[in-house]
Amino acid sequence: MSQTLAREQGAMPPPMSDVAIEMRGVNKWFGDYHALRDIDLTVKRGERIVICGPSGSGKSTLIRTINGLEPHEQGRIVVDGIELTSELKKIDEVRRDVGMVFQHFNLFPHLTILENCTLAPVHVRGVPQKQAEETAMHFLRRVRIPEQANKYPGQLSGGQQQRVAIARALTMNPRIMLFDEPTSALDPEMVKEVLDVMVSLAQEGMTMLVVTHVMGFARQVADRVIFMDAGQIVEMADPGTFFTDPKHERTRLFLSQILE
Amino acid sequence: MARHFVRSEVLAARPAPRRPFDPIGWLSTNLFSSPLNIAATVLSVALIAKLLPPALDWAIFDAVWVGSSREACVGPGVGACWAFVWAKIGQFIHGHYPVGERWRVDLFFVLFAAGLIPMAIPRVPFKRLNAVYLILALPLVSLLLLYGGVFGLRVVPTSQWGGLLVTIIVAAVGIATSIPLGILLALGRRSKMPVIRMLSIAFIEFWRGIPLITVLFMSSVMLPLFLPPGVDFDKLLRALIGIALYASAYMAEAVRGGLQSLPRGQYEAAGSLGLGYWPTMRKVILPQALRVSIPGIVNTAIALLKDTSLVIVIGLFDLLGIIQSNFADSNWASPATPATGYIFAALVYWVMAFAVSRYSLFLERRLDVGRRH
Ligand SMILES: Nc1ncnc2c1ncn2[C@@H]1O[C@H](COP(=O)(O)OP(=O)(O)O)[C@@H](O)[C@H]1O
Ligand SMILES: [Mg+2]
Repeated sequence: MSQTLAREQGAMPPPMSDVAIEMRGVNKWFGDYHALRDIDLTVKRGERIVICGPSGSGKSTLIRTINGLEPHEQGRIVVDGIELTSELKKIDEVRRDVGMVFQHFNLFPHLTILENCTLAPVHVRGVPQKQAEETAMHFLRRVRIPEQANKYPGQLSGGQQQRVAIARALTMNPRIMLFDEPTSALDPEMVKEVLDVMVSLAQEGMTMLVVTHVMGFARQVADRVIFMDAGQIVEMADPGTFFTDPKHERTRLFLSQILE
Repeated sequence: MARHFVRSEVLAARPAPRRPFDPIGWLSTNLFSSPLNIAATVLSVALIAKLLPPALDWAIFDAVWVGSSREACVGPGVGACWAFVWAKIGQFIHGHYPVGERWRVDLFFVLFAAGLIPMAIPRVPFKRLNAVYLILALPLVSLLLLYGGVFGLRVVPTSQWGGLLVTIIVAAVGIATSIPLGILLALGRRSKMPVIRMLSIAFIEFWRGIPLITVLFMSSVMLPLFLPPGVDFDKLLRALIGIALYASAYMAEAVRGGLQSLPRGQYEAAGSLGLGYWPTMRKVILPQALRVSIPGIVNTAIALLKDTSLVIVIGLFDLLGIIQSNFADSNWASPATPATGYIFAALVYWVMAFAVSRYSLFLERRLDVGRRH
């Protein structure tokens, strides 16, 4: 029996510890540009974290270091008990446990929706084709587009594509999900269908890091909200405190700009 | 004054209005729309009127279609000597392959077509099996069939192969080996490993920097210098290797363009799913990159097809070579013979190149399926 189905049915092995992600003193540079500065962050299993901040503040860079899409120069990042080093094997191990959803969906345009969702299970986990298709259909039903399984990404609306992207990540049975502005590229009327899927995922206890400016989502599901500026974590608080009583000057300025 | 508008009924879609065809209008918008356009139109018509009739006279109306020797083709006002082509067509196809053994060459053409045609038609099933036949079985069987020395087939050395046979072999082997090599080189050129990247760049730039004719001369003159004396390296094989390596550099550049056209998000999506380098390339990157590279790859393939005629410089008699060598046949020497021969060679190359070009257009359109809509 596949891990996927096993975990779906609640037979999940006990977690190694209750810490999902541990970042200690993480620094990253792009050339001379100091993009992440002394990042310390501990994410507990099942925690939902929303990250916001102005454009260019390092939000994407931060979550991309968590699955090794961006290497970091200093500090420690431990994901699910695996320390991310430059070792390719470690990075691959981490990526199997961490799903990611991008702003521009990044579906594979030459593959059907179903093929998008079976590619990784078959070629990374060695799941038999037929079983991978069953799992894929299960998740496509969950994001409520099983009827699109045989279409190509280009034939779907933005909202549908993003839901496929979520389903595709889920087929790998991740313990952690990273979302990088998942609704920023969508037409307004499609934002809700994607957020609904994310909310239901949060309610099921998925560990989630979400970069978003949809503050309604933050209020509804976040355990903590992080505000970033200039590569640093400027403020971090539970959503109640964050929205009603922000302490830092820059957080207040930012909130006044996006909430008006 | 803002008034409140509310639509009371929903409008159904109506067909677009059709305009009747208007020849005068078409001419004036397409051929005579501006002074420059008028000049271009008049000049083109004048040029066609001047050149087309004599060309047709030469190729068709004044041409000699039947005849058994040069007598038919000499005389005033005689056009093309197609009788020459007709008399020599067997040699043009088979080269100096022994006449009694020509069936082996014909059988090769049949086997080749039997593999290529179903491969090219998307609807035909068993593509994997078909590919195995084309890439593994066909070359092996063809070698045994054409060279002989087994199953009671007498040996025909490659020096006797020629004509269309050699053209097809050189082009097919060149294209079939340079595409995979080119893909590997293109990937190597973008590799994160400096040694692989440098080697790939050095290889590509070396072969792109020298003319094919030089490659051929080097393969025939210089290669033997590096081999121990007495070791004879088949001349055709040497040309094949030289051409394949030369073409692979161009294929690599065509594929590189395709690789560069892919957004970084495709690599990142594959990476975030845990796909390693080779599965990412095989399943995500190359299928998309090659699709984009088709025009460049076909361009290189057509160039290669035509460049096979350069093997004449090292004494191989491909289609052009064998035609040219027949101009010396005193039985057919006439003023019209060379022109006819060259035009015939051009025609054969053109038909092959045009077919490849059309097929690639068809492929491009077909592969675009997932992109559009
Ligand atoms: N690949 C890169 N190369 C160079 N600079 C980069 C790269 N990616 C991001 N940056 C820079 O790092 C900073 C943070 O980028 P990013 O994390 O994308 O910001 P955010 O997601 O908060 O908008 C920006 O100034 C950006 O220009
Ligand atoms: Mg960003």
